[in-house]
Amino acid sequence: MIPEGALSLDGLVVAVILGMAVLTYLTKVGGLWILSHLEVSDRLEAGLSVLPGAIVIAILGPELASGGPAEWGAAAVVVVIAWRTDNILLALCGGVLAVVVFRGLG
Amino acid sequence: MVNRDESREDETEIPADETEPPEAETTVIQQESPVTFSLEGLRVGFLTCIPVALGVAGYGIAFGVIANQAGLSVAEATLMSATVVAGASQLIAVELWADPIPIAAILFATVAVNLRYSLMGAALEPWFRHLSPAKVYGSLFVMADENWALTIRDLQAGTGRGAFLLGSGLAIWSLWVFSTVVGALAGDAVGDPARFGFDFILAAVFLALAVDLWDGRSTLVPWLVALATALVASAYVPGRWYILLGGLAAALLEVIRYDS
Repeated sequence: MIPEGALSLDGLVVAVILGMAVLTYLTKVGGLWILSHLEVSDRLEAGLSVLPGAIVIAILGPELASGGPAEWGAAAVVVVIAWRTDNILLALCGGVLAVVVFRGLG
Repeated sequence: MVNRDESREDETEIPADETEPPEAETTVIQQESPVTFSLEGLRVGFLTCIPVALGVAGYGIAFGVIANQAGLSVAEATLMSATVVAGASQLIAVELWADPIPIAAILFATVAVNLRYSLMGAALEPWFRHLSPAKVYGSLFVMADENWALTIRDLQAGTGRGAFLLGSGLAIWSLWVFSTVVGALAGDAVGDPARFGFDFILAAVFLALAVDLWDGRSTLVPWLVALATALVASAYVPGRWYILLGGLAAALLEVIRYDS
């Protein structure tokens, strides 16, 4: 069932993978680590308070811009469901269903 | 959810000479609900994230297939998913994979693609400052885009569930690793995840979060700045720098505007 060589681990490959793992972990903890070793002023706090929304929009903008009418329509479905019901699961299912249907129509 | 406008109305009862800058009030209110690290929080995070993690698993299968085609063994692909836990950078790494391995290019791409996580982690600081370093730095290991979004959504609602990131991250981690094994074993037999609309799940999670984070007109300017910066940067800067640049631009503007 298990193909030949499936369990083989090459030394260099493992080293590269662990290098990626360490670097990725450093990016995940880096921002918070710096903040926890800084005296966070009210001014900096004000900047941090807009980060969640700003990151969300920075991810969504180009993501939706690269899509077409099917994705935009499905995005509208997600926003309406999330806004009216505040239920993330319902919004997710509605959006995925909508994108499949709209792509089928197009 | 912390409502900045409401908090301002509450404060109007206080004589004008005692009022502080509005941003400082928001901070105080966010700190009011204690952040705890409980098994219950872990459980809620895990269960909330299951549907999202199932979508992520669609990509885990795709990653396993591509890693296998690139020459990684099942064990190597699985090791990468278990230790790196960052889908986009893993997909790029196996796309770059060749013989000999372009080590510098792979490691550089990994940092470039994942640097956005520094900013996302920093956004968790108002809540995570109440937790011990072991809990914080352990939880961040399993932080991915999707469960970061769900966690921000939960903490913004004032639940104080400090273990939500770890719980939701474990849901993603286990399905990500499992689906990598499936994909690496299945080889070419698997189709494109876009066929089932899986590629839209990330956008859907972030759209639902945006609806939650919308806080009236005070949100408008930073969001427009983030949007404009990200759109311009995505057109001219390779990789995923646009996320970092969009977030930084909005935060920087807010820092500059602070005392005006």
